[in-house]
Order: sequence, then structure tokens, then C-alpha cells
Amino acid sequence: MSAGVHHTPYHPKWYRRRVSVWWWLQNRTYTGFVLRELTSVFVAFFALVYLWQLRALAQGPEAYAHFLALLKTPLFLVLDGVAFLFILFHSITWFNLAPKAVVVRLKGKRVPDWVVVGLNYAAWLVLSGAVAFIVLRGG
Amino acid sequence: MDLFTCDVLVVGGGGAGLRAAIVVAETHPGLRVAVISKVYPMRSHTVSAEGGAAAVIKAGDSLDEHAYDTISGGDWLCDQDAVEAFVKEAPEEMLRLEHWGCPWSREPDGHIAVRPFGGMKIQRTWFAADKTGFHMLHTLFQTSLKYDAIERYDEFFVTKLLVDEGRCQGVVAIELNTGKIQAITAKAVILCTGGCGKIFPFTTNANIKNGDGMALAYRAGAPLKDMEFVQYHPTGLPFTGILITEAARSEGGWLLNKEGYRYLQDYDLGKPEPKPVLRSMELGPRDRLSQAFVKEQEKGRTLEGPYGHYVHLDVRHLGEKVIDKKIPFVRELCLKYMNIDPVKEMIPVRPVVHYMMGGISTDIHGATPLPGLYAAGEAACVSINGANRLGSNSLTEILVFGARAGKAAAAFAAEQGGPNPSILAQAHDEQRRLEEKFLRKTGGRERIATLRVEMHDAMEESAGIYRTGATLEKAVEKLQSLQERFHNLTLDDRSYTFNTELTAALELSYMLDGAEAIVQSALKRRESRGSHQRIDYPKRDDKEFLGHSLAYRAVDGPPRIEYLPVTITRWPPGQRVYGR
Amino acid sequence: MQPTVALRVARYRPEQESEPTFQTYEVPFRKDWVVLDALNYVKDKLDGSLSFRWSCRMGVCGSCGMKVNGSPKLTCAAFLSDSMPGPIRVEPMDYFPVVRDLVVDITDFMQKLKKVKPWIIRKEERPLAEGEYRQTPDELDTYKQFSMCINCMLCYSACPIYGLEPSFIGPAAIALAQRYNMDSRDEAARERLEILSEHDGIWQCTFVGECTKVCPKNVDPAGAIQQYKLMGAAHWLRSLLLPWGTR
Repeated sequence: MSAGVHHTPYHPKWYRRRVSVWWWLQNRTYTGFVLRELTSVFVAFFALVYLWQLRALAQGPEAYAHFLALLKTPLFLVLDGVAFLFILFHSITWFNLAPKAVVVRLKGKRVPDWVVVGLNYAAWLVLSGAVAFIVLRGG
Repeated sequence: MDLFTCDVLVVGGGGAGLRAAIVVAETHPGLRVAVISKVYPMRSHTVSAEGGAAAVIKAGDSLDEHAYDTISGGDWLCDQDAVEAFVKEAPEEMLRLEHWGCPWSREPDGHIAVRPFGGMKIQRTWFAADKTGFHMLHTLFQTSLKYDAIERYDEFFVTKLLVDEGRCQGVVAIELNTGKIQAITAKAVILCTGGCGKIFPFTTNANIKNGDGMALAYRAGAPLKDMEFVQYHPTGLPFTGILITEAARSEGGWLLNKEGYRYLQDYDLGKPEPKPVLRSMELGPRDRLSQAFVKEQEKGRTLEGPYGHYVHLDVRHLGEKVIDKKIPFVRELCLKYMNIDPVKEMIPVRPVVHYMMGGISTDIHGATPLPGLYAAGEAACVSINGANRLGSNSLTEILVFGARAGKAAAAFAAEQGGPNPSILAQAHDEQRRLEEKFLRKTGGRERIATLRVEMHDAMEESAGIYRTGATLEKAVEKLQSLQERFHNLTLDDRSYTFNTELTAALELSYMLDGAEAIVQSALKRRESRGSHQRIDYPKRDDKEFLGHSLAYRAVDGPPRIEYLPVTITRWPPGQRVYGR
Repeated sequence: MQPTVALRVARYRPEQESEPTFQTYEVPFRKDWVVLDALNYVKDKLDGSLSFRWSCRMGVCGSCGMKVNGSPKLTCAAFLSDSMPGPIRVEPMDYFPVVRDLVVDITDFMQKLKKVKPWIIRKEERPLAEGEYRQTPDELDTYKQFSMCINCMLCYSACPIYGLEPSFIGPAAIALAQRYNMDSRDEAARERLEILSEHDGIWQCTFVGECTKVCPKNVDPAGAIQQYKLMGAAHWLRSLLLPWGTR
């Protein structure tokens, strides 16, 4: 803080408005933001399920079959469905925000945002395609 | 009331003020320098300047050329020693600003780029896209933060200069946040408070340009020089007065009348060419272009809209790429404020008041006749702009004379002893005055807005682009009656915390003083020169009037007008010729 | 009869009341009037005690930021016609203490502005006699956007992090720091990074993105902050892997 600026740093009569607990419902950006942050919960959920799946695999065909049966129960189907939607939301928002952080300059000119976003989606499609090929061909 | 002290006090935190403060902090590190401003410094009106700042740097240009353009542009009313000093120091000041980070537009090889500008024979206007003033101000302000020595009083409204023993020794100011009246003493005061365009109804100027410093100096006995010279900018938007920069013309824009005709060719400004030609047609000097508009209006060849007459500025032929690269702000302003896209439509424009050539009389070091009082920037009149300022000279002026005034004030302050404690009595008197006349006043009937509008009407009618003795006399009377009615003012707001009605009333009183000086100076100058055009005296009269008018405030009655001869060094008065 | 519109303006007179109230004024509705014109009408003709800041009326000084119908806007750039039908709600900007009516205190921002060292810092200054630093138009382009900030503080008023944690250094200050970091003439990116990597610096930002949405000058402070985070992370990684020091 500059010692040289004469101002009133605090005055008891200034009114400080309280930020409401429901601030995040005020507009779409805020609500979208909170939902985006919440997707982290579902990413963690998926990661745990995946680890559990690996563990079941390591324990042998019986444990694995039991695990698969659990996944088919209505509770898990619903949970997985909801989680999948959130993950999709998570991925889309992540890719759309990428050009903000990653500024690429080619020959001095900035690469347009849609190229950065597009490359991300393209990579996603290619990788998903490759995984789908292996999984679906293999079994 | 609190008493603050410092050694050099800069009033006004715009380009000139910040430059002065920085130079004091750099050259006299032992002195305490403070900047006091009624707004935060980045709100100062320097921020809205668009076009550019002139300084000689390109090969093929010379200081003498810049000087000649300036002197002839000013219709030979410029003090030539001041102009010579100005053009000489300009390139260094501008380079210094570049070193401080100002984002000047560049040529492809990285050198500073220049663009053509009105009245200049050779291209020498540095620019930062079309927001030069904005970038200059923010560079200066951010650089000033580097110096811990610079103290600041943000949002303190100065109401009076403290003068004791024939010397200016500080100010009285209202601390807006709390409403407290504070006294700040200093060994030297530099007024950098800008011009007073708000005296007129249609102006590019912001709300804060009320001639505060001019009135403060005037009331303290310092003379105001050349106040009758008011510059009209030929291209402002009707209604808002928002400035459409000269750069739109220097990039190739055309001024067209009702019939789509480039009318400037009828007014001895050259022949229309497809590309802009320096010192010709749309790149002629501002006063001649504004006068051409009035003549077109008299002939009935201008368009009429809900806010008065206007003509068209056509930049469509430049193409979208050039517009977005060179004058993007122009496009933004037109879209945002008039819903017009200059790429596809013509921009309605009219002359609006833009700049005061006149101001507080100073010498070439920024010193006023009152010891301890200095001035720089638009608030001052050195004079380097004479009877008409060339575009892009004033942004350079604030740097050159801000630095000069800062150095001179610091040198003066270093020799002075501290102020007499008796000066506090003056501050207490001022506090009483503000209480009695405004905050505690009963029985008044006049409203600020009413008086302001009547002042506007009088000035627009009588002190516009063309004036006559009769209209000026009328204005003198009207302003006199407004001054009397001002004593009968009443405020709705009697509180202390951030009372902007009180400041509006004080600003009105400053403007009435400024208007009085303008009108009286215009009445006494019986000739036409530069931006001061008298229909009853249409010729330039070097024999009688090759001098600056000095307006001294009289306690009772109109100001006393004296004349100070112009300093001529190497350029004897000649004819102003454009387009040939 | 000339059309009118109701303006519901927040008032706060600390000498009379302890909480803000609302007052409604009927102002003329004109197609080319902005909210600021309406406020000036109120001040001139109806109620001179309404306090608000304004100056240039062309969106470059940054004085007139307020909330119009709940959104932070420059009142000189907010057409009445865009907020119809009335009543149009005008309030002071969020997250700053209210001094009076529509005037807020911005001292916090002024202090943070200075903190990020928004000036050119170099080891060695080039002497003026050697002319300008060469900077190509492309180099100018890398930071130009961030230099357009008019300090209007609408971004602070839109940032919920700033609202919840007032010690957060904030969008405009970080964007300005980035402006200097990217300026080819500056050499203090590392110095600023140290300041901005502190607790209340760039890492407080969780990329809500509302700051960029409300910015009237397209500065994109959110972009500046995310870029800065990447720079900061890269720098940290480098200093981890190559501790014997790089620039």
C-alpha cells in the first residue's frame, strides 16, 4: 500500500452489502460455473468405479462377474447416467475454455480460438474412436 | 479541518499534471510532491484524446518545419521562442514516454509510425491506434505509481488558492468522501486542470472540464491570456458531441454536404484528390473547416436533424480492413452511440467546441506572474497554439510543458521557506464561505441547471464560430445577470458525504468566470484571426492586434483587458495558405 | 404526451439512514438516451441530491460503472431502450463499499493496481539518444488487448470470488500485470509472477468467466488470468526440474 495516497481507508458509515448464500443462482454464468465445479465430484466417482473395476478384474472372473452385475442394477444405471452427463458437461466446458489459457502464435499471428478448440475435439474423437475400436472389436 | 503540507502541489492529475509530478520526483528527490485531483487520475480528460501527438523523428522532417506549421497554423499569434523550445523538446519527451511503455503504433520494422494530420506539411504525428490520449494517460499514471515520493489526494475538489505575502502557498479543498474542508500548503503550486469546454452546449469535453484552475488563478489575480480563442473541432457527433478524430480524415475521409459534394474545395482549401493531401481539403486547419461548415449552413447546403445541422463524414471508401486497423475506435463509437456502421454508412458530424487555446498566462517555463503559481497543459497559455491549435500538438504540449513547469516549480520551491501559519485563517474563511453560501443557505430560488442552460445559450449564440460586437455585448450583459442570479442559488443537497451538487455549483461559478473572460476578450479584439472570427471586423489586423489579450479580474465590473506583444523570432507574419 | 419511463434508483445518505433505500423517478424516454442521460435529468430537474460519478460519456474514462437491472454496465453505454419496459433499476456496483447513493469506494482496487507493478521494469534503460525500443506490430499485438482496460471495475463487480474473498487481487489488476509481462520492452515477468503467485493472486481465480462477459472494452481478463496460470505453472515446473536457474 502506498503511504503516499491520502484516502479514507475505512469509514464506519460506508455500507457493505452482504453477499447472499444464493449468489450462484443470480445468473446463468454463475450457475453454470457452480455446476461445472460440481462435475469434479462425478469425475472422482468415475475414477473410483474404474479403480474398483480394475480391482475386481484382479480378483478373478467370479468377482468380476459380480461387479458387472452390480453395475447393471437400477441404482448404478441411474448414477452412471447422471455422472456421464456431468462428465460430458465437464469435457465440453474444458475444451471450450482451452483457447483462453493456451495462446498459440504461428509466425507472429495468433491461432484463432476455434482452431484450438477444434483440435481438442478432434483429438477426443480420434482417441475415443481408437478405444471404441479396440473394445468393440476385441470382445 | 486538517492541514496537509508538501513542497510542490500539482492540481489536476491528467497528462500535464502527472508529467510534472514525475519530473519533480525524478529531479528533486528531496522535495515532497503531491497530486490533487477532483477525480481519480485515470478519469482525467486526457484519456479521451484520440488522434495523436506530434514530434519530429522521421528523416525529411525538421524542427523548423514543425515550428512553421505550428506558427502559421496559429495565425502568427504564437510566441515563437516558446514554439522553438516546444518543437525541440518534443521528440525527447515522446521517446521518454515510449521508454515508459506507451504502446505507440509501429511500422513493420518496429520503428515508431507517424500519420498525417491537419495543418502539418510533413507527417509527424505519433499515434497509438486511435486512442492516443488513453494510452498516454495510462502510461503516465502507471509510471507515476513507481515513485513512492508522489503523494496523491484523489477526489479532493480545490475551491481556492491560498495566497500570502504575494506568493501562492497552497490550496483549500473539499475531501469529497467526507465533505471535510482541508488545507494543503505548498511552496509552489502547478495548475494542470485542463480547459473549459463545458461553458458551451456542444462540446467534445467531459463533464469535468469546467475551467477550475483558470478561475482559481483568475480570482487570485493572475491574468487569463487569449481566452477568446476557442477551437471548434469540425467533426463531432450531434447531440453527444463525441469526438470523431481527425485521424478519420487523415486516413482519407471526406466531408460531404447535403448533395454529397466535397464542399471544402469552395473555401480556398485546395482541390479534391482521391487520397488525402497534407494541408489541403479535409486536412486543412480546424478553424477553417469549422468556418466552412457555418458558411455551408448559411447557404442551406447542410442537413438538418433533431439536434441541429450537420454534414456527412464519409469513410466507406477506406474499406473495413483499414477502418478496423487504423480507426477502430471511430467505428466503435458510431455503432455504440449512433447505431451507425461507418463501413456502410456516412457519419453525421458538426463542429463542436473542443479546445481552449487560451488559459492562464505563463512564460516559457510555465510560470505565471504570481510567484509560486505555475500552469501547464490546456489550462495554461504559453502560447504555442496562438489563434488556432494544430491537431496533435496538445498531447505533446502536456509532456513538454508539464515537464518544464514541474522543473521550474521545483527549483522555486527548493528556495522557499515554509508557509506562514497565518495562512490557515484564509482556509477557515473559505470553509465559512462554503457553509454560508451553499450548505446552510436559505431562501435561494435558482437551480444550477437553469443557470447552466442559459449560460450555454448565451455562449452558443454570441461566442460561437462567428461573432459580432452586438452579440458579444448581449452576452456580457447576460453573463453579468447570471453571476448575480448565482448568489440566489439553492441546493437540494445539504449533506457532506460526496455532495456532487455542491461541486456542480462551484464548477458553474468557475465557468461563469471563464465565460466572462472569453466574452470580454472577444469583444475587445476587433479583428479576425484564426478561430476568432468577427463579422464586423473580418480582416486580420497585425498593426493593432498582433498581441495576446490578458484578462485581469476586476472586483466590480468587467475584467480589464490588456495586450502583450507576441514574441517573433524568425518567422515574420505571413499569409496562412492551405491547399496550394 | 412524451413517453416516460420509471427509474428505480438506489439511494444511500449515510448522514440520514443506516441502510440503502430505493427512490423512483419518472424520466422522459428518448430513443437515443442512455441511463446516464436519465440520471442527469433527475439531478438537473428532479432531485439535485442524487450523487453519481461520470465524466467522458463515451466509454473511455471508466467513471460511470453501475448496476442496471442487476447487470454491471457503463451507464453511458446502456441505452434506455435496451432495458425497457421500466422500471429500470439502477444500483451501485457490487462488492465495493457504498459511500453514497451510486458512488462506491475503489481504494481497494487502487492499492492492488500498484501492487502488481504496472510499469516497465528493465535491468538497463536504453538512453533516449538511441531512439525507441523496436517493437514490431506483431509484438504489440501480443499485449495490446490487455492494455485497453479503462479501470471501470465492472469486472470486479462481476467476480463472485472477489465478492466472497475481497482479498483476491482481481481481474483488472492481473490483466494489467499480464499486459506488462507480454510487452517486449519489459523484463520483470518473473518479479510480477512472484507477487501474483501469492495466496490472493492468480490461483484464487476459478475461471467463472463473468469478468470477460461484462468488460466493455474486450480486454478479456479471464483469458489473461488463465494464460498467467499456465505461465506460472510452467515456470514452477521449470524451476523444479532445473533448479540451477533459468530466466
